[in-house]
Amino acid sequence: MARNGRRLAAGGRIDRVKRLTFHFDNKRFVGHPGDTLASALLANGVHLVGRSFKYHRPRGIVSAGVEEPNALVTLRTGGRQEPNCPAPVTELYDGLVSRSQNAWPSPRFDAMGINDFFKPFLSAGFYYKTFMGPTRKSWMFFEPFIRKAAGLGAAASKADPDRYEKVNAFCDVLIVGGGPAGLAAAVAAGRAGARVVLAEQDFELGGWLLREPIGSPADHWLGAARAELAQLPNVRVMTRTTVFGAYDGGTFGLLERVADHKKVPDEGEPRQRYVVLRATRAVIAAGAVERPIPFGDNDRPGVMLAGAVRAYLNRHAVVAGRRMVLFTCHDGAYPTAFDMKAAGAAVTIVDARKGPTPAMKAAGELGLEVIAGHALAETRGKTRVRAAVVAPFDIDKETCDSGWREIPCDLVAVSGGYDPQVHLATQRGGRKAVWAPALGCLVPGGEPDVQIHAGAMKGTFGTPECIAEGFAAGRRAAGEVGAKGAAGDLPVPDGLPASGIAEGFKPVFDVKPPAALRERKRFIDQQNDVSASDVKLAHREGYVSVEHLKRYTTLGMATEQGKLANVVALAQMAKLRGLDISAVGTTGYRPPYTPVPLGAIAAHESDHHVRPVRVTPFHDWNEKIGTVFLDTGLWKRPWYYPMKGETINEAYRREAKAVRETVGMVDVSTLGKIDVQGPDAPEFLNRVYVNGWKSLEVGKARYGIMLREDGYVFDDGTTTRISEHHYFMTTTTAEAAKVMMHLEWLLQAAWPELKVHVTSVTDQWGGVAIAGPNARALLKDAIPSIDFSNEAFPFMGYRTGTAEGGIPVRVHRISFSGELAYEVFCGAGHGSALCDLLFEKGKRHGLVLYGVEALGTLRIEKGHVAGGEIDGRTTLEDLGLEKMASKAKPYIGSVLRQRPDMTSPARQRFVGLKAVDPNTRIRPGMILQPHKGPHQGHGLGHVTATTYSPVLGQSIGLGLVAAGLARKGEIVDAVYPLKGDVTAVEIVSPHFFDPEGKRQNG
Amino acid sequence: MRIDCPYCGLRDASEFFYQGDAERVRPAVGEADAEKWLAYVYERDNPKGPLKEFWLHLHGCRQVLVVERNTATHEMLSVAPARDVILARNAAAKGGS
Repeated sequence: MARNGRRLAAGGRIDRVKRLTFHFDNKRFVGHPGDTLASALLANGVHLVGRSFKYHRPRGIVSAGVEEPNALVTLRTGGRQEPNCPAPVTELYDGLVSRSQNAWPSPRFDAMGINDFFKPFLSAGFYYKTFMGPTRKSWMFFEPFIRKAAGLGAAASKADPDRYEKVNAFCDVLIVGGGPAGLAAAVAAGRAGARVVLAEQDFELGGWLLREPIGSPADHWLGAARAELAQLPNVRVMTRTTVFGAYDGGTFGLLERVADHKKVPDEGEPRQRYVVLRATRAVIAAGAVERPIPFGDNDRPGVMLAGAVRAYLNRHAVVAGRRMVLFTCHDGAYPTAFDMKAAGAAVTIVDARKGPTPAMKAAGELGLEVIAGHALAETRGKTRVRAAVVAPFDIDKETCDSGWREIPCDLVAVSGGYDPQVHLATQRGGRKAVWAPALGCLVPGGEPDVQIHAGAMKGTFGTPECIAEGFAAGRRAAGEVGAKGAAGDLPVPDGLPASGIAEGFKPVFDVKPPAALRERKRFIDQQNDVSASDVKLAHREGYVSVEHLKRYTTLGMATEQGKLANVVALAQMAKLRGLDISAVGTTGYRPPYTPVPLGAIAAHESDHHVRPVRVTPFHDWNEKIGTVFLDTGLWKRPWYYPMKGETINEAYRREAKAVRETVGMVDVSTLGKIDVQGPDAPEFLNRVYVNGWKSLEVGKARYGIMLREDGYVFDDGTTTRISEHHYFMTTTTAEAAKVMMHLEWLLQAAWPELKVHVTSVTDQWGGVAIAGPNARALLKDAIPSIDFSNEAFPFMGYRTGTAEGGIPVRVHRISFSGELAYEVFCGAGHGSALCDLLFEKGKRHGLVLYGVEALGTLRIEKGHVAGGEIDGRTTLEDLGLEKMASKAKPYIGSVLRQRPDMTSPARQRFVGLKAVDPNTRIRPGMILQPHKGPHQGHGLGHVTATTYSPVLGQSIGLGLVAAGLARKGEIVDAVYPLKGDVTAVEIVSPHFFDPEGKRQNG
Repeated sequence: MRIDCPYCGLRDASEFFYQGDAERVRPAVGEADAEKWLAYVYERDNPKGPLKEFWLHLHGCRQVLVVERNTATHEMLSVAPARDVILARNAAAKGGS
C-alpha cells in the first residue's frame, strides 16, 4: 500500500520531486519539502524517538504540533546545537542533523531504562522527599547525579554564531492563527482596508484545514482564502511566527523563525526575529489541541493523537500504521478512521459511548468495526505497540468491567476531545479560563482589552462556524480601528468538517483497568512522566490546589507546559475531591505560549552591546596616552596610567605621591552636572541641600549634602553660582541620574510654583582636576587670562577665562585630594585640546596623570565620604557631617532625620582604620569584629574603603563601626571569612592627612 | 503597557520611570509634625482598581505625568502633566481653607 517506507504514492502537501537528506542519531534518511522532522521519520518507519524524562521509558511521536510531549530532539551541532526541539514542528531541510535525548547509548538500548523498574520509588515529590530530607546536605550530594540522569537535552557549549534581531512593529489588526477562523478574519479586515498582520506558527497557512485531504471542499476553501490574502497589499502574512505573549496595551510578543528551516541562515539574515507588536485590535484565533485519554501504558510508541494520525496521512502522505485502533468518546475523531481505511489500513474503533451516534452509523456503512461502550484499557508491546486491550467501560465511573480482549495493532489513535488554546486570552490575569460543561473544555472567560476571540480557541469546533465567527471578528476589528472599506460576504461552501462535539458530550479523563489486570502507569503528562497515580498520591498527601499539584508532581512543566496534560489532571483532581471541574480552578497561563530562545530576546544586545558605553570628552586622549580604564556604571574612567612594566599598585602609589609633591591631573568628567536656572534657584537649592545657599555669592562654590525624604544621606557635591539666577551643580558619578530625576520631580510635582529649570549638562562639559603644590603655577601658564593668586582667586572661588589656544574654560577652586586644587571645565569638543595643552605645560611643573585608584587613595587619606559610606543607610551623624545641617531652615529630610534611632550615638558611624601591623593589608568589605573574638554575626561594622597610603607608609581604611569615634584608639579585628583573614586594626580619626586643611587653602 | 504622553503621544511604558503614588500630598515646606512626614514617606494605599501614579517620561520629554491606571487590569484611565494637577490641587486646597 505504501511506497518508500510508509509514504503514499500520491497526495499530501509534499514535493516528491525534491529529496532532502537528513540524519537522526547518525542514521541517514530522506524526506521531502513540506515534511516536518516527525513526518519524515514516520515516513521512514521510525516511531521510537527517545526516552522519557524520569523513567527512561521508550517514547514515540504523539502529536503533529507544538503540544508534542515526547519527540524532542537536539538539532544541529557545535555553536548551533539546540536541545528540546519538537520534531513535529521542526521543518525539514537538506542536511538537518538531529539526535534523540535522554537515551544512552540509544533509545532502543537505554542504560537508564532500569529506572522504570524502580518506578514505585520514583513517585511524585520523590526528589524532595528522598534527597532534600531533614537537611539539604543529601540533596547537594545527589543533585549532580540526578541532573545527569534526568533533564532534557544539553545546551550548546560553544558560542552561537548566528544573529538575532529585535524589532518594534505596529498594525491595526493582529490576527493570531492561520486556521479557518484566522484566515476568514484576515480576509474581512483586509478587504475593509485595515493594516493587518496575520501570524501563523506553522510554515504553511491552514491550521487544521491542512489535515483535510487534497481536493476536499476544505482544501478548495483554503486555496481560495490564501489566494485572496496574497492579493491584499495591506495584509502582511507572517508564517513561522508564534505569538507567544499578550501584554498590556495591545502589545504582543512574536517570535519569527526566519532561518530555522535552513542549515545556515543566508548572508546577513537573522536566525530568529523577536517582534514587539502593538496592535489596536487583535483577533485571537489560536485554535485547539486534541486531548488524549489516559489508559495503561498509553505512552508506548505507536500511541498517537487521532488528529495527528490524520495530519500525517493527509498533509504529509504518511501512513503511521497498518493496523490501527481508534479510541475515542466523540464523533470528531472518526474521520481519522475513515481516511486511514481509505489509505488501506485495517481499522477498529473503540468508543467509550454506547451510542448509536451519526459517526458510528457512518462507520458501520463503511464496514468498520465499532466496539461501542468499551475503552482501551492498556497497550501491549515493547518499543512499539503490538496490541490494544479492550474492555467494557462504565463512562460515568471511568472504570472497566471484566471481559477484556486483545486486538493486535501497530498504531493506536486516541482522542478525548479538544482543548481550546486560551493562553493569549488569559495570560494577563484577571480573566481566567472557565469550564464550559457543554463542550467539555476550558474556554476564555472574556475578551481582555484589544482582543476579539474566534474559532476553536473559544470552543467553536465546526469549520463553517469557525469561518463565520472569524469573518465577523475581522469585520468588527476593522470597523473598530476605523477602516472604511466594505468587507462584503464570505460564502461558506458545503462539505466542510462539522464539529464532532455534539450535545451531551461526556469527556473521558481516565480509564481504570478491569480488576483482572494489573494496574499499569496511565500517563497524564508524558514529558514529565506524571501519571494518574501521582495525582492520586498528591491528593492523598493533601495537595488540593492545582497550583500545588503542578509544583509537587512537576505536571505541566517543561517545553509543552501541559498542553495535553493540564485539563486531564484538573479533571482527575476534581474527581478525587468530589468537586465539579469548575470548582477546582486552573493554573495560570503565562507567556511564552511555546519556548522562546534567550538569543532572540537578547537579540542585538549581546557582547559589548549589552549596555551602552559612556566615555568622557577626554577619552580619546586618555586612550592615546595609555591608561587602563575602569568600568564604573556605564562609564569608562581612567583607572591608572602605568609606566613601562609597572603594576597597578606601583602605578597608583606613584601617582598619589606625585599629587602630594608636585601636581597631578585627573579626569572628573563623570561627575553629574546639572544647570539650575531661574529666579527661585536659591530657594530651591536651600530646600534640597541640608546647608544654607541664600548667602552664596556669584563666583563662589559651596559643598552641599542632600538627604532623601526619609532623612538618610542621598548625595553630595559642589554647586557654583555662575550668575544671579544661574547655578552649576555637580553630583556624584553614581547618583547623577537619580539626583536629576529627584530634582525634576520636585519642580514638577512638589513645588510647581518655583520658577526654576534644571537641565542635565553632564555630557556637555569635560572636567579635569589639577591638584598639588604646583597646580597654581601650571594653570598660570596654561590659562593666562585668569589671576590665580590666592587673593584674587581664593579657595571655593570660581572664574571663567580662555586657555591658551582659545579654549573657553570655567575654573572652580575645589579640592577633593586635600591639595591646592582646581577643577577646569571645557566644552566637550575641546577635550583633547585642553588635555594636550595642560600636559604640555605640565612638563616643567612635574605633572603626573592620575586615575580613579589614586583619586581614592587621596580621598581616603583626607577622610572624605564617598559611595562606600553614602550607601543609602547612613545619616548625617553617621558620617560626622551633622554640623553641615542648617538649623535655620527646613530642607528635604529635615524632620525625619531627627528620629531618635537615626541620631543615636550607638549607630555604626564613620571612622578611620589603621592596620596595627603596618605591613598587613586591610581588605575592602572586611567585617569588623571585637578584638580576639568572638567573631560572629554582623559584628561591629564593616570596612568601606581601603588603600595603601604612600604618605603614611601603611595600609589604611575607612569604615562604619558601632559607636564610631567613641571607640577611638580601640583595637578591633577586621575579618574576611572567605579567606580566613584576620587583621587587627586601630580605630582612628578618618582625617589621616592634613586635618586642618592648610594645603588646600594655601 | 503604553502611556499616552500629553507631549509626545502614545509611547511604550519602557520609556517611563515610575515615581509612585500621586494621591499622596507632600506636607508644606516647614511642616514640623513628624507624623505627617512619616505618613507621606511610608504609608501607601494599595488599591485594586484605579490609582493615580507619577510617571516620569524619562526617555522622552522628561515631564512628570499623573497617570490614572487600573491596577487590576492595567487599563490607562487618564494622563495629565503633574505640574497642572498639582497646581490645581494646591489652588483647590487654598480655596477650601
